[in-house]
Amino acid sequence: MARALLVALVVLTCGTIYLFIAKIWWMPALVSVSGAAVDREFSSTLLILGVVFVLAQIALGLFVWKYRNTNPATHSTGHRGAEFAWTAITATIFVALSLAGERTWAELRNGQPASTQDLQVEVTGTQFAWYFRYPGPDGKFGATRPESVDASLGSAAAIGLDAGDPAAKDDRVTSALVVPVNREVRLQLHAQDVIHSFFVPELRLKQDAVPGLNVQAHFQATNLGDYEIVCAELCGLGHYRMHAILRVVSEDDFQRWQRQQEGAAR
Amino acid sequence: MSDQSRTDRSTAPGLLGRVFSRDHKVIGLQYFFLSIAAALVGVALSALMRFHLVWPDAALPFFGSIKPEQYLAMLTMHGTLMIFFVLTTAPQGAFGNYFLPLQIGAREMAFPRLNMLSFWLTLLAFLVLLSAFFVGGGAPISGWTHYPPLSAVPSAGPGQGLGMDLWIASIGLFCFASVLGSINFIVTVLDRRAPSMTMMRLPLTVWAWFITAILSLLAFTVLHAAILLLFMDRHAGTSFFVPEGVVVNGNVLQHAGGSPLLWQHLFWFFGHPEVYIAILPGMGLTSHLLSTFARKPVFGYRAMVYAMLAIGALGFMVWGHHMFVSGMNPFAAFAFSLMTMVIGVPSAIKTFNWLATLWRGSIRLTVPMMFAIGFVSVFVTGGLSGPILAQPALDMYLHDTYFVVAHFHLIMGVAAVMGIFAGTYFWFPKMFGRQMNTKLGYAHFWMTFVGAYAIFLPMHFLGMAGHPRRYSQLTEVHFLQPLLPLQRFITFAAFITIAGQGLFLLNLFWSMRKGQPANDNHWEATTLEWGAQREPLDVVRGPYEFNVPGAKADFLKQSGEEDAS
Repeated sequence: MARALLVALVVLTCGTIYLFIAKIWWMPALVSVSGAAVDREFSSTLLILGVVFVLAQIALGLFVWKYRNTNPATHSTGHRGAEFAWTAITATIFVALSLAGERTWAELRNGQPASTQDLQVEVTGTQFAWYFRYPGPDGKFGATRPESVDASLGSAAAIGLDAGDPAAKDDRVTSALVVPVNREVRLQLHAQDVIHSFFVPELRLKQDAVPGLNVQAHFQATNLGDYEIVCAELCGLGHYRMHAILRVVSEDDFQRWQRQQEGAAR
Repeated sequence: MSDQSRTDRSTAPGLLGRVFSRDHKVIGLQYFFLSIAAALVGVALSALMRFHLVWPDAALPFFGSIKPEQYLAMLTMHGTLMIFFVLTTAPQGAFGNYFLPLQIGAREMAFPRLNMLSFWLTLLAFLVLLSAFFVGGGAPISGWTHYPPLSAVPSAGPGQGLGMDLWIASIGLFCFASVLGSINFIVTVLDRRAPSMTMMRLPLTVWAWFITAILSLLAFTVLHAAILLLFMDRHAGTSFFVPEGVVVNGNVLQHAGGSPLLWQHLFWFFGHPEVYIAILPGMGLTSHLLSTFARKPVFGYRAMVYAMLAIGALGFMVWGHHMFVSGMNPFAAFAFSLMTMVIGVPSAIKTFNWLATLWRGSIRLTVPMMFAIGFVSVFVTGGLSGPILAQPALDMYLHDTYFVVAHFHLIMGVAAVMGIFAGTYFWFPKMFGRQMNTKLGYAHFWMTFVGAYAIFLPMHFLGMAGHPRRYSQLTEVHFLQPLLPLQRFITFAAFITIAGQGLFLLNLFWSMRKGQPANDNHWEATTLEWGAQREPLDVVRGPYEFNVPGAKADFLKQSGEEDAS
C-alpha cells in the first residue's frame, strides 16, 4: 500500500509537470500589450509553486513509504529551529510573490496616462447581449434614460439612448466591438440589469460590468483578427450564450468603418 | 448538580425521547445522517450537470432534456447543499457534537436543549431548501453566491421568485442553527473540560472545532444580516443592493441608491471564513490521525495550534480576493492580495508539521490513515493554486473560470470530504461498536483519491484556456469547442468516482449491522474517547504521547488508564 501511494504521487507529479510543459491546453495566444506582464507573472509563479508542489508530494510519498510500519517510531515532539526556518522561508516566498504580483497589478490598472488619441468605447451588458457605443466626432457620450430602453427597436434603443440630447446625435451603438490595432482603447463598462463580466481571454482582460457603476478598463490590441468576448459572471439563464465579437482592424480599416457607421446612421 | 439531572432526563427511553434527543451522541449521529442525505442529493445534481455539459441534447428518462435554467438551479442547489449541509454539517455538527465532549472529558455539551434545537432547525432548513425544487419556477438560478441584482429581482429569471425566497428562508434557519451550535461549542470547550484538561492538552481536533465555532459565530451572523437585507430588497421596497435605473426585461425598477458590491462584501465576509469552517476540522483530524498512525507525537503541537488560530484570524481579512474584478477600488486589491498570500504561511506551517510528524514514524496504513494522507496531498495541490489566484493580475484572467472551480473543489471540497471519510472510518468503531470492512475501505480510498484528481486536475487547464464557469451549455462559444474532449474525460471520471462512493455507503450500512465487533480502543489511540467513561475523569498528560522513551506500550492514554499494567 505504501508503495502504491508513492507510485500514485510520483505519477501525479510527473503527469502534472508534463501537462504544464506540453501545454496541450493553455492560454490562447496573447494579443494585448499589457497581457505580456500577466503571462510573465504567471510563468514565474507557476515555476516557484511547481517546485513546492513536487517537493511536498514526493516528500509525502517517500516518508510514507520509508517509514511504513517497520521500525519503532522516533520520539520527537517538535523542533523550534525547524519551525522558525520554514516559517521564515515560506513567509519570504509568499511576500516576495505578493510584491511581484502587486507591481504587475499596478502596471495593468494604471498603464500609460490617458491621451486624446485613445479610443473611447462604452460597453453595456444586458441579459443576454453586449452593446458597444462610440461617442462619434464630438467625442462625447450622450445621455441614456432607463425609460427609453427597448431592445426591439435596435441597438441604440437597447441601451436607452436619449434622442433629445444633442451629444447623443452622433453616438453609434454596435453589437461588435471594432477597434484599431496598436491604439489604446478605454472602456467604460455598464450593466443595465444584472452583473455581467467582459472577458476576452486573448487580451488577458476581464472586468465586471455592474449596474450603477461606471467601471473603467483599458487595453491595446497587438494583432489583427476576430476574438470572442464572453460573459464571465453568472447573469441568468442565457449566460452561456452571451457573447460578442472583438474585431481588431488596421487604423485605415477602422477609419473606413467609422465613416460607414456615420453614413449608415445619417 | 442540575447538569446531571438534565442529562439523565435526556436519555429517558421512548421513541419520542430518542428522536428528540438531547444526547450529544445522538445529535452527532443525526447530523451525520443528515449530511449523508444532503451529499446524496448534491452528488446526484453534479452527475446530472456533468451529463448535460457533455450531452446537452440528450433526454433523461422521466425528465426530458435539461433546460439552461434547470442546469443553473442544479448548480445553485449543489453548491448550497455541499457547502452548508455537507461541509459545514458533517465535520462540525456530526463529529464535533459526538466527540468533542468525549475528548475533553465532559458529560454533555454545555446546552443540550439548545443542541437539539440546532439540529432540528438545520433539518428544517434542509427540507425548506429542497422544497425550492418543487415550486413554480423551480429552484433559484443565481448560484450559491447570489449576486444581486440577479438575486434581488424576482423577474430576473426563472426560480428567482418563490424559489429564491425559499433559499433565503432555508439559509436563514441554517445561520440561526449554526450560531446556536457555535455558542454551544465555545462554552463547552471553555467551561466543561475535565479539571486537568488544560487548553494545551486538548487534542488538535478539539482546537479545530473550537476555532471553527468562533468563525461560525462571527461569519454566520453576518450572512444572516445580509440575507435579511436581500429579503427586504425583494419584498419591503428597500434598496440595499439595487441601484437606480436598473432595467430588467424592459421594466424600470423602482429602486435607488443601493450597491451590488455591498452584497459581495457582506457575502464574502462570511464566505471566506466559511472555507475555513469547512476545512479546519479536517486539518485538526488530519494532525490527530497522522500522529496516531505514525505512532509519533504531533510534530510542533503548539505551532499547529497557533497556525490554526492565525488561519482563523487572517481568514476574516481576505474576503476581497473574491472581488478583484468586481469593480471594487483597485487599490483595495493590494491589501487583500497581501493578506491572502500571508495566510499561505500558517497553511504551509501545517503542511511542514504534518510531513515532520510522518518523518521517522512507524506508519500504520489503516484506512483512516490513507484518507489523512490523501487530505495532505489534496490540501497541497488545492492550496498551491491559491497564491496564483491571490495575485489580482492573474486572477483577472482566471477569475470565474474552471481554474477557480478546480481550486475550491480541491481545497475545500475534496480535502474536507477526505477529512469526513477519515473521521468516519476512524470513529466508526466508537460510534457503532463494530469495524468497517477494510478491503472495501481501501478500494473506496483509491477510487476517491485517484478519481478526485482525475476530475479536478484537468479543470485547471480548462480554466487556463479561458473556459468560463457556470455555463449550462458549451455549444455557443467557439473557443470552448477544442476543450470538449477534456470535458468529456472529466464527466467519465466523475461517473466512476461517484460510483466508487457506493462502496462507502455499502460498507457503512453493512458494517453498522454486520461488521466485526470492535474493542474499546480499536486503534490503540490515546485520547479520552477511547477509554471507559469513568468518573471522575482525570487527565494526566497531553494527547499525543506515542513511543515515549521508557514507556511499556507504544502509546500512553491521556486518562492514565492502563499506566500501571
